[in-house]
Formats: sequence, structure tokens, C-alpha cells
Amino acid sequence: MKLSALIAVTLLALATWPVPGAETGKWPGVDETVVEKFAREAVREPREPFINTDQGDLLLPVFLIAGAAGGFVGGYYFHALFPPREKKSAPSGAGRS
Amino acid sequence: MHISEGILPVGWAGAWLLVALPFLAWGIRQIKRRGQTEPRYRAFVALVGAAVFIISCMPIPVPTAGTCSHPCGTGLAAILIGPGPTVVVASIALLLQALFMAHGGLTTLGGNIVSMGVVGALVGFGAFRLLRGAGASVAVAAFAAGALSDWATYATTSAELALALHGGGSLWSLLGAIMMAFVPTQLPLGIFEGILSVGACRFVSSRRPELVERLLARSSG
Repeated sequence: MKLSALIAVTLLALATWPVPGAETGKWPGVDETVVEKFAREAVREPREPFINTDQGDLLLPVFLIAGAAGGFVGGYYFHALFPPREKKSAPSGAGRS
Repeated sequence: MHISEGILPVGWAGAWLLVALPFLAWGIRQIKRRGQTEPRYRAFVALVGAAVFIISCMPIPVPTAGTCSHPCGTGLAAILIGPGPTVVVASIALLLQALFMAHGGLTTLGGNIVSMGVVGALVGFGAFRLLRGAGASVAVAAFAAGALSDWATYATTSAELALALHGGGSLWSLLGAIMMAFVPTQLPLGIFEGILSVGACRFVSSRRPELVERLLARSSG
């Protein structure tokens, strides 16, 4: 419990630590800032995906559908494996004086 | 961590796919075998697979770095369903992401499977079993498994990139530069993934201990 609390506090501190410029950043992904950056420096430009959904807002519905489909599959099997706990019924003699 | 389409030269892309294939075959065999003896195992693999798919395409903003990145979920998956089946579910997740979500690529699928599926799963599983064997609690072992598997995945991606891109330059200096570029984002995310693993392990072991009793046992059985 103490360890969990320590980890939670550390994570909170890391997440809220003010970083100059972070507020104005556009939150790029590391695929862009690291992987593709080093690839471009080595003159290995990333190629367009075979099915390019990274056009305009097209990725938004794609992620929505993927999240919904993944969530449905996960939820279905979660319900099968972890059914809700049965509430303990009151004893038959309860309430009688 | 997703290496985009076309970044790896053909030789390296093929080599990483060849490395990934035996692990994939091993995982499929394990799922088939355990599915025959444990009736709920396949449903558990499907649940964990859906979780890995969602976790590994969920960008999380990291204010310390001003960037976004995603956890992998393969350390947690390896604890719950074993490392071999984790390679299978990670491969399916990465294939779907490469095909439809412009994340990763078909030519770089082998490299991405090796970093996230193979190395992530083996490091997470190894850390968990090692710490449990040394007497650590489930929480400590699960935290280490989640964090270390995340960091190992990104270290492997760095190595794959450095090997393919160093050209005539120094391999080690490029490897160091790529790893250092990942650190500000992945350090906190690894801690997050550790906490996620602790929560999930506690939940499963309290609600359905029979699903994970073999893996959560302190002994190596």
C-alpha cells in the first residue's frame, strides 16, 4: 500500500512538473519526434501506409471504430470471465421479531 | 514505438520477421494446448488481446516531455496469459494497427513484433517470475514487469533503428541518442504501465485466482 502511494505521488509529480514550452507544444507522438526524426536524418523517409487512413480527420472515426470494436470484444469476454458478484440475500428469518 | 512503413531496409525488415516467426508459432501452439486443458483460457486470451490492442494504440500525453506515447501492455499480458500467447496477441494488434490505423507498417511488422511482442513479453514475464521467486509480493513483481517490459520494448526499438540507420557512423552513439530521445516520454509512461499492471494483477488474482494461479505462484511450477 505504501509502495502504491509512493508510486502514485511520483507519477503525479512527474505528470504535473512544469516544463517550459510544453504548454505550447502540439503533443506530437514519439513515433514522429523520435522514430521518424532519426529515420529522416538517416535519409530513410517513412513511406505512406498501404491503406493510408492518416488523412485529415479520417483517423478519428478509425480510432473510434477500433476502440469500440476492441472495447466490445474486451467487455464481452470480461463479462463472461468476471460476472457480477451475487448480492448476499437476506436470511429468511430476518425482520421477524 | 511503432516503426513506420518503409523506415527499415528490406534486409532488416526480413531479418526481424524471421526472428519473430518462431515465437509466433510457439505462442499459437501454447494457446492451442492450454485451450484444450483449460476451458476458459481462450476467452482469457481474447480479453487480454483486446486490452493489448487498445492499450498499445492509446496515446497518453506526457506533460514532462510535451509529447504523447502509448504503453504496450505486453508485460501485463505475459504475466496473465504467458509470454508465447502474448506474442500472438501483440502480433494481431500490430497487424490491425499497421493495416488500418497508419501505425507501424507491414514491412516493419517483424521489427515491431520483436520489440513489443517478443522482448516486451519475455522481459515482463522474466522480471515477474524472478522477483516472485526471490520472495517479492505480487504488487512489486507486477510493477517491475510492467515498467521493465515497457522500457525494454523501447530499448529494442532503439536498437532496431540504430542497426538499420547507423550507416557508416557509430552504432553506439546513434543507439544512445535514440534511447535518450525516448527517455523523457517513456520514463513516466513505464511507471504508469507498472501501476496498470499492479491494478490488473490484483483485480484478476482477487476475482478469479484460478485463471492466474500458476503464474502468480511463488514457486516456479
